[in-house]
Amino acid sequence: MGDSEIKAADVAVIGGGPGGMAAAVAAKRAGAERVLILEPDFDLGGILPQCIHDGFGTFVMKERLTGPEYADHYKSLVADSGVECLLNTMVLEIDEDRTILAVNPAQGVLRIKSRAVVLAMGCRERTRFQLLIPGTRPAGVFTAGAVQRLVNIEGYLPGKRAVILGSGDIGLIMARRLKLEGVEVEGVYEILPRPSGLTRNVVQCLHDYDIPLYLEHTITMIHGKKRVEGVTVSRVDARRKPIPGSQRFVSCDTVVLSVGLIPENELSEKIGIMMDPVTGGPLVDEWMETSIPGIFACGNVVNVYDLVDYVTYTGEIAGQGAARFIKGELPERNPVRVMAGPGIRLVVPQQVTPARAVEPFSLYLRAEEAGTNVRITVKCGDRIIARRRERAVKPPEMIRLIISPEKLKEAATGGALLVELADEGGTRDERT
Amino acid sequence: MSGLNTSLTCILCPMSCVLELTVEDGRVIQLSGNNCKLGPTYAEKEMINPTRTLTTTVEIEGARIARLPVKTQGEIPKSMILECIRDIGRIKVKAPIRRGEVVLENVAGTGINVIATRDLS
Repeated sequence: MGDSEIKAADVAVIGGGPGGMAAAVAAKRAGAERVLILEPDFDLGGILPQCIHDGFGTFVMKERLTGPEYADHYKSLVADSGVECLLNTMVLEIDEDRTILAVNPAQGVLRIKSRAVVLAMGCRERTRFQLLIPGTRPAGVFTAGAVQRLVNIEGYLPGKRAVILGSGDIGLIMARRLKLEGVEVEGVYEILPRPSGLTRNVVQCLHDYDIPLYLEHTITMIHGKKRVEGVTVSRVDARRKPIPGSQRFVSCDTVVLSVGLIPENELSEKIGIMMDPVTGGPLVDEWMETSIPGIFACGNVVNVYDLVDYVTYTGEIAGQGAARFIKGELPERNPVRVMAGPGIRLVVPQQVTPARAVEPFSLYLRAEEAGTNVRITVKCGDRIIARRRERAVKPPEMIRLIISPEKLKEAATGGALLVELADEGGTRDERT
Repeated sequence: MSGLNTSLTCILCPMSCVLELTVEDGRVIQLSGNNCKLGPTYAEKEMINPTRTLTTTVEIEGARIARLPVKTQGEIPKSMILECIRDIGRIKVKAPIRRGEVVLENVAGTGINVIATRDLS
């Protein structure tokens, strides 16, 4: 590929969704000159243009926007800031020295030498084949995001009578959307004893439209030759195993899967970036810098955040970090680990160099279990760095904990930070 | 008229209190299950005059995609959602269109306009 076009950039952002757009604009504002977004779709925005429902941007914009509105806002910021966008451009490879190999129909093969890289590829949906649902392989089995694209962008309905497996947010949103478009939604089946999506979506998408939610249920067989003809659903026990005798046949022509999202890290893994097995994304620090200096990551490629606002925040930090990196303004790393202690399932970032303060410094956490009147504590040895009471926590609702840089610097000598969640003794049953 | 007993989940915070309430003559006369003072306000609104912002799509001609996303510019009564969806489903627009542009006035007689939520050309 000796004749491929060579381009130079200060900061190359891989992916033009909300994380990538925020990173590019932030890098430009922080003084990076040649900032480039590489986006495989024909337009910027990532998944937002098909998320036509509202509720985006309540933190960042202080109003409830729809996905397309949130995307348009950032698209105009990108356009005004002088960021260059290469659309219809697929990145195939990134080297450790930040040379990017990409292709597009206009230029063919492209090589881009960039001084810093921000990974912003987002996430993808889990499919039937990752769940190993037995049965035939008829048409009519979709992921919720694919249905969302068909209905909201391309103008097709997926079928006439749908069963939804999994109660992730996109599944709940699509249950309502299909119902409004005249598709019969037989029910939502969730293997866990609690919904996976936000309570707001359970209430406004299912309760509002009398769509039943079957907890501790799953699909145990898909039937149909050419097209889905129905599914067998079964109740499951505490170990999520189908209970014999509980099965029931449900007639439908469409199965919609909303069974989880996976950070999209094929590129990151090829470069040899260190990954976190819990989040499925790269290990990052306070500037969203990965284990390879000069390669940053933000948004859902790092961890599946529940809110686009959080994706935007991490994008802004990664973009600023990348600009500082190329200007030699990022002090050397001397990281301590940030560990998820009792009661906490995951924490991002997973490491921090206390002297490289970033403001505001936020930890994003997910609770292990639902609880009320709990206390979240960030400790460094015996020293308490941050502490917050929460009236209620739920695993689907991510918690953002802001820590003052001064407090963080105090921790510099104490070793790893430990995040814990515990019951606030005695107050559990008090009602105010 | 005797009171109607019902329950609903408060969505104002992650506590998600399940409110048990009795409604009589269009008023909430009894309420339990709330853990804070926002519970009664939420219950009152949801039982007496629930409203929603409705988002959907309309057919668009001459654009690179087939559907234009739209929303009601304000909240409409929850009971009017299906009428509004039917009304909005009848319209067709032509590109180019700007975000915020009104595509349908006074949807289903609610007094609320329907606007485009993206630029499309």
